[in-house]
Amino acid sequence: MRLACFAAAACAAFAFAASAQNSTTEGIAKYREALQEGNPAELWEARGEGLWKAPRGPNKVSLERCDLGLGAGIVKGAYAQLPKYFADADRVMDLETRLVWCMVKLQGISEADAKKNPFGNGNDKKSDIEALVAYVTSESRGVKMNVSVAHPKEMQMYRVGEKIFYFRGGPHDFGCVTCHGADNQRIRLQDLPNLTKIEGTQKAYTTWPAYRVSQGELRTFQWRLNDCFRQQRFPELEFGSDASIALTMFLAKNANGAAFDGPAIKR
Amino acid sequence: MADPMKIRATLVGDSTEVKVLMSHEMETGQRKDAQGAVIPAWFIQNVTVAHGGTTVLAAQWGPAVSKNPFLSFKFKGGAKGDKVTIAWVDNRGDKRTDEATIA
Repeated sequence: MRLACFAAAACAAFAFAASAQNSTTEGIAKYREALQEGNPAELWEARGEGLWKAPRGPNKVSLERCDLGLGAGIVKGAYAQLPKYFADADRVMDLETRLVWCMVKLQGISEADAKKNPFGNGNDKKSDIEALVAYVTSESRGVKMNVSVAHPKEMQMYRVGEKIFYFRGGPHDFGCVTCHGADNQRIRLQDLPNLTKIEGTQKAYTTWPAYRVSQGELRTFQWRLNDCFRQQRFPELEFGSDASIALTMFLAKNANGAAFDGPAIKR
Repeated sequence: MADPMKIRATLVGDSTEVKVLMSHEMETGQRKDAQGAVIPAWFIQNVTVAHGGTTVLAAQWGPAVSKNPFLSFKFKGGAKGDKVTIAWVDNRGDKRTDEATIA
């Protein structure tokens, strides 16, 4: 009798914990839904469109001749096929690296200047890259992810990305897979996507970039990876490095088939 | 100079639904920077919305309103093609006026 009572109580406690977790998740989902309509990411999209079309740099030209993979100046749907191999640069590039490349080659801005401020911080330190990324990605909303690994260099990037994803190291012996390798993991109250599964990757990858309400900033995928590295206490992930592109390639390819849904809004 | 607002105005039945996103820091004056110095308050103080020469909304805002605020409201009247003008002034005297056409 006593045993049965104990078991019942324990079961109730479990049920309570589970429902508390569910209601929190639902609460966050509701919060996102409420904010979706007034997503401040649109402010970045508008600024990015302005930057894209404005003649800038020593050469006084706009980025409208920038080839994002679908031909010079074609923005619509371009993000859904990135990263990809670019013959002119002989390198696999993600959107951010490609934007820097165009700023250097077309506009004549120095690479150091183009890369100087990848992540903005408030009104005094606005990032042009974040705004441009917001604009370009918004032009792929609703387009199905279709990243190719047909070129040997693309395949190599994908494989390297996969290795990095499963690689454990650093002072905490962490890897991406430590947090993103199982269902229902979380940091504090934030659910973490299981990136070893296709559905998890699709849901996660298609909702970046995103406006982070807690930071009041639009964050790019490069930022997401950079901050994941920081949380793992890894050495800083260099902006536009091959390691960052490899991880992006791994996740983007695995998200193939899902409709891109960014820039999104996140807590 | 502040970034432009993003305005959507749509006719729903006999009223106009207006949705505005404003780009503003909205500093509360309660935060401190890395050196421990107070970051001065900086926020939108007055918002006015005009349609056809009449003010349809006037609001006084304070530091409790979020960064990059979103405002949604309805007013009676308005027709497709009409202009809605939205203006804000912040506590530094910076201002911004934008216009949208009702769709």
